[in-house]
Amino acid sequence: MIKIEVRYFATLRIDDKKKETLEIQEDISVESLLEQIGVALEDVAILLVNGIRTSPEYKLKDGDVMSLFPPVGGG
Amino acid sequence: MYGYNGNILRVNLTDGTWKTEELDLEMAKKFIGGRGLGTKMMMDEVDPKVDPLSPENKLFVVTGPMTGNPVATGGRYMVVTKSPLSNTIASSNSGGKWGAELKFAGWDIIAFEGKSEEPVYLSIEDDKVELLSAADLWGTTVSNTTKKLEEKHEKGCKVLAIGPGGENLSHIAAIMNDEDRAAGRSGVGAVMGSKNLKAIVVKGSGKPEVPDQDRIKELNKKQLAKIKENGVTGEGLPTYGTAVLVNILNELGSLPTNNFQVSQFEKADDISGETLADKYLIKRTACYRCPIGCGRYVKSGDWEGGGPEYETLWSFGSDCGINDMDSIIMANHWCNEMGLDTISAGATIAAAIELHQRGYIKDDELDGLELEFGNGTDIAEWVKRMGYGQGLGAKMAQGSYRLTDGYGAPELSMTVKKLEMPAYDPRGIMGIGLNYATSNRGGCHVRGYTISPEILGLPEQLDRFETKAKPTWVKIFQDLTAAIDSLGVCLFTSFALGADDYAEMYNVIAGTDFTGNDILAIGDRIYNIEKQFNLLAGVTSAEDTLPKRLLVDPIPEGPSKGWVNKLDEMLGEYYKERGWGEDGIPTEAKLKELGL
Repeated sequence: MIKIEVRYFATLRIDDKKKETLEIQEDISVESLLEQIGVALEDVAILLVNGIRTSPEYKLKDGDVMSLFPPVGGG
Repeated sequence: MYGYNGNILRVNLTDGTWKTEELDLEMAKKFIGGRGLGTKMMMDEVDPKVDPLSPENKLFVVTGPMTGNPVATGGRYMVVTKSPLSNTIASSNSGGKWGAELKFAGWDIIAFEGKSEEPVYLSIEDDKVELLSAADLWGTTVSNTTKKLEEKHEKGCKVLAIGPGGENLSHIAAIMNDEDRAAGRSGVGAVMGSKNLKAIVVKGSGKPEVPDQDRIKELNKKQLAKIKENGVTGEGLPTYGTAVLVNILNELGSLPTNNFQVSQFEKADDISGETLADKYLIKRTACYRCPIGCGRYVKSGDWEGGGPEYETLWSFGSDCGINDMDSIIMANHWCNEMGLDTISAGATIAAAIELHQRGYIKDDELDGLELEFGNGTDIAEWVKRMGYGQGLGAKMAQGSYRLTDGYGAPELSMTVKKLEMPAYDPRGIMGIGLNYATSNRGGCHVRGYTISPEILGLPEQLDRFETKAKPTWVKIFQDLTAAIDSLGVCLFTSFALGADDYAEMYNVIAGTDFTGNDILAIGDRIYNIEKQFNLLAGVTSAEDTLPKRLLVDPIPEGPSKGWVNKLDEMLGEYYKERGWGEDGIPTEAKLKELGL
């Protein structure tokens, strides 16, 4: 098992849950984890792991921080 | 030709006279309007070497062909002049409802010349134009000026005004309209103040003529659907405003903090769009014919009014190390009242804090006020002192370059061409660094907002650390933006619309026959004439650079740790893309191609 942190932003922040630490199986992909935690991949426009844009196929590692944003913008 | 009224109002402030001139519509087609047409008029009428605060400088208030017309966000106008802050061309854009009202009154452009002996304001009611005494308005805040003029003039009139900042010739003074909308950047408010012009009140009773109502309906149906379906313009901006970017940039480790000393702010969530929406937002607000509505109307304690944008949350927030949202909201409010640019004001306070931190500014200069990273107690008071030109505030009111240079430490000014950079650390986002360096008005994000592809993934995702292809992207974004700023619509529509959409918009409203490529070519022409103005003003391409801190000192921690901006890998390629020489000067062939 590994520990990772998930951070939720904007409309993906449900019931004021800003972040949570999860214990998950090693080698699980971002896509699978999103399914487990009930976040639809198509709702995530900006997917970061440790602050770097990452693909849904990425296999999560111990200590990773995953940040999830819906489509947002500004200027 | 539709889209334009065909009328320029030329006001000579020295002798207090005005006259109507016919707009050259062939010229208008070459530069569209707004930013492009204003710059062309500056080139034709003003010596680029002019002292920006002298009577010889001119101030053009320019609408675009979409302003006041029935298209999405068609209400914007541009202020074009020479900047006292950067000595470059200045063109500052604003929304609200004022620009559309000027069009309804039958005018496209107001050209101000000379300098009034006494404070005056201009009153326009259709073709009734008067210069009236502003003796009782001089020294008053923007909201008081607005209220007084609204009481005095016809119901429904719209007011544009400067605050004490512009009157006192602060080099970072804005021109405000509708109380809290700003033509913010480049110190355009100081140019208005230097002419003793306090305000322009306008009331129009007409509507621009349009060629084909059915085509307009069809156009709007299509474009509004695109804006609604786009995740950013349809949901992100309406729900959270621009402020939602705070957490994104922070998670990427590219949110400048403590005057760019670090690039991540531990307390970013306290100043985020999410917090603003949860705890402060009362309602969202929208400019003329805007389906997006990114404006925030907020409540802080007993006060309520226009809330801060992303840039402001950054400049007074993380850039000053401050996580106190209430203090930031009040600093933003006082910038609006004083008529100061919130980016430059906050960033200049950040530079002042670093000067204090490093011992350049001594405690006895502070008049008992706090000036340290992380302490928001007195930031609103510093803004007032900048506006009124009091004590250390008077030095800060000239912007961070002149402030830091005065203490012998110009390297602490986070500016390009003396204009404060906004809220994206270019060490972690290569393309935006190239855009800052080559922006014709200095450190500005909305000259070529490559944050869209580099961070938001629109229209496609680029690697933010990669330099390859960035020169091409920067040029296209800069050219398209120049055209959008000239049309009189909001740049935010470009999250959902492309060059072809803007061509269609122009064609339907003005009866032109342009393609998307034609629109980009006009943008290229505008970019080149701006560059020509700067070169003639003595601002050379040697200033197409970034502060040393961003080129030499790597980001010390966080997801962008170890990176500096690799400008040298991009700049030469960018000049080539522009058809300029290696020296960054447009070639004869390029100018000929553009008809300049």
